[in-house]
Amino acid sequence: MRKIIAIVLLAVIVMGISLAVREIPFGKTDTKVGEYYLNEGKEETGAANIVTSVVVNYRGFDTLGEIAVLFTAAIGLGAVFGSRKKKKDAEEVEKSSLIVYTGCRFLFPVILLVGAYIFIHGHLTPGGGFQGGAVVASAFLLMYLTCRGKRIRDKSNKVVESLGGLIFVGIGLVGLIIGKGFLFNFLPKGEFLTLFSGGIIPIIYIAIGFKVGAELTGVLDNIIEESK
Amino acid sequence: MNVIIATVLVLVMLVSAIAALVFKDLLNAVIALSVVSLIAAVIFYLLQAPDVAMAEAAIGAALVTAIFIIAIRRTKRFEE
Repeated sequence: MRKIIAIVLLAVIVMGISLAVREIPFGKTDTKVGEYYLNEGKEETGAANIVTSVVVNYRGFDTLGEIAVLFTAAIGLGAVFGSRKKKKDAEEVEKSSLIVYTGCRFLFPVILLVGAYIFIHGHLTPGGGFQGGAVVASAFLLMYLTCRGKRIRDKSNKVVESLGGLIFVGIGLVGLIIGKGFLFNFLPKGEFLTLFSGGIIPIIYIAIGFKVGAELTGVLDNIIEESK
Repeated sequence: MNVIIATVLVLVMLVSAIAALVFKDLLNAVIALSVVSLIAAVIFYLLQAPDVAMAEAAIGAALVTAIFIIAIRRTKRFEE
């Protein structure tokens, strides 16, 4: 009986979605706002990557909300896992083999460099703070898997995370002080397609990259420490 | 050409998604799930959304897989 109900429900949902999707004209710009971003975005923000100009400039306040969601999730996880008292290296952890250890030690800075490249060049090439931060966190994950027993310093991780958030909000508030509105692009646009262009966009994306990287690393640290 | 590649990728993705449901060994299921994420990243790239592809590859294929494997280590490996 339950299976029949599930199949009927699934059929209704599939029919609804397919009917809705058939009505949407994919690949055409029917919305005025999307066309505006494509045509005017480059001149207005100075960023070559239009996705970035939307995420950080036009919809910067939404991005602040996203950062806050991630921050809340990390804090919740820390509250659940971090409240238990830490075991003080009670057991000897088995060391990974020499080849794995050496290979990972060689790869770690390269992955960090890729992550940093992604979030520093967020306004020129695809990618940005979130993607770069995730890549940085995956580099730390590699370190956790190979150099077991080693941990990042809890305090410096928290300092980096807080500084990233503070810089984002601080730059937003400067725009408010000038009198143009929160997250107003007050810096000069610079030369198009160079690293120093786009006004506040690269600064905010670097802050987001550090913050997301530190947050995801903190989440991994909490979970791995708990799983010992 | 692009259509053929995309079709093959989607088929592999579907097979590994079903495999993730069917496998009794949860470790294999997690690996199948990360294959789904990886192919989703490639498809995002083919659909000209490299921003999303990067996020999917880094979070879906690397971090989520690691978190699942750590969770399996703390619980049971085999589904009953």
